[in-house]
Amino acid sequence: MLTLRRFLATLGPGTLWLVAFLVVPLLVMLGYSLLTRTDLAQVGPPWTLENWGRVFGYDALFQEWVTDNLRVLGRSLWIAGASTLLCVLMGYPLAFYIARQDARRKNLLLLLLIIPFWTNFLIRVYAWILILRPFDLVPSLTATFLGMVYAFLPFFVLPVYASAEKVDWRLLEAAQDLGASPVRAFFAAVFPQTLPGLVAGLLLTFIPALGTFVVSDILGGAKTALIGNLIQNQFGQAGDWPYGSALSFLLMGVVLLGLWLYARTAGQKGLEELV
Amino acid sequence: MVFAFLYLPILVLIVFSFNDSRFGATWEGFTLRWYGVLAARSDVREALGNTLLVALSSTVISTVLGTLVGLGLWRYSFRFRTGLTFLLVLPIVIPDVVMGVSLLMFYALVRSGLELTGWTFDNGFWTVMLAHVTFQISYVALTVRSRLAGYGPELEEAARDLGANGVQSFLRVILPLALPGVLAGALLAFTLSLDDFVVTYFTSGSGFRTLPVVIYTSVRRGVTPDINALSTLLVLFTVVAILVGNAILRPRRGRA
Repeated sequence: MLTLRRFLATLGPGTLWLVAFLVVPLLVMLGYSLLTRTDLAQVGPPWTLENWGRVFGYDALFQEWVTDNLRVLGRSLWIAGASTLLCVLMGYPLAFYIARQDARRKNLLLLLLIIPFWTNFLIRVYAWILILRPFDLVPSLTATFLGMVYAFLPFFVLPVYASAEKVDWRLLEAAQDLGASPVRAFFAAVFPQTLPGLVAGLLLTFIPALGTFVVSDILGGAKTALIGNLIQNQFGQAGDWPYGSALSFLLMGVVLLGLWLYARTAGQKGLEELV
Repeated sequence: MVFAFLYLPILVLIVFSFNDSRFGATWEGFTLRWYGVLAARSDVREALGNTLLVALSSTVISTVLGTLVGLGLWRYSFRFRTGLTFLLVLPIVIPDVVMGVSLLMFYALVRSGLELTGWTFDNGFWTVMLAHVTFQISYVALTVRSRLAGYGPELEEAARDLGANGVQSFLRVILPLALPGVLAGALLAFTLSLDDFVVTYFTSGSGFRTLPVVIYTSVRRGVTPDINALSTLLVLFTVVAILVGNAILRPRRGRA
């Protein structure tokens, strides 16, 4: 039983902290998104839905629909999606390879995987400038993809590895004994067992790839500007906080929609196991 | 194969930190001068101090708060459990940039509210540190809870039956069991703080810079060989830290 006294002694302080520094700021952001930009980075009444209209492409000034934002969102989705797919192609076999090694080699390989992972994110992205610049590939879409995959690959491999390590290989043998081809046996007996890790890896890769402005900023140039860059710009040069707030809600909405779809298929327990 | 892909950029970085060429693309002989240039940069030294100060203080606060939340989640069942889980997952799944800008606006609003009382503050150490605690709490709480997941509440009841009061059973029985989880959570919180750029960038104001912020501003201006030297040192530090951590915490691993 959770009494008030027990709540205050355990869950209370942390909960209050998260409400104060997470929920309240998000509500503040909601408020800002409904205000008007007055001066540079200054906001005030009148209250308006104009920023939300702009996010979805309605230009109130010229009273017309423009598709710039939706194009940026579409580009963000496809670049993040393609990066995630590349992570799957590289990371899924790698996670299995590591999981199948004997204990000593496994630890060594994991250590080798974790070292770049714990190396500062910016340094990992920046290192690609040194490699790609002689080939005149900075800024470019190729550079963005390389940077994305490099930065987020470990986020994908670690959860898949955790699943792959727990796989019951007897099921594979059973499937083969029953006459399934190796490929068929794998997809029938092993693949489903790795699904929780695979989905966790997909989300942990896709979400940061969708929201990043660092990778595209350093390696991509204007042609790969993502919604993260658009948001950052509203809080930097453009100085348009209300519009930036509405864009942030759009980004958050896409992410939460994805999680909701995931929670619906995997259940609430799945959401807890994700992290 | 994949490991070559993982290490190629790091090796290139290390090699070029010793390259005697301003623009790095070609090898022009071995030099240590970029390390000298780096050592002379007072902003880097100051940023290093800031980074460590934020990481240490935010880790202490978030470890205490997160451990308590983790224990509470493990020990009690209550009505808004799902809601609280969602609240804990939120900082992990919400894009960094959204968290950063919402805190930026929150601080701006608090500041303009405080101005009415004649009391004010600048974004800097405090705003960054409070922001870091906010994303660290979740990781600590979830690590502690998953560490305790195998034990039932009988554990505490048994301690009570043997005559321990609430505080004693907490200190003597539950905390020692949770300790590996607490340490792993704290380690994770610390490295997350060291590595964070986006949230820091939006909450730090102009006078307070951490290492990732300094690296970002340098990199945006183009390749600077002293950043290669700085990166090499940080990679070296990471490797040593992981090897030491691995030796101490033998059976466990950090996770994200």
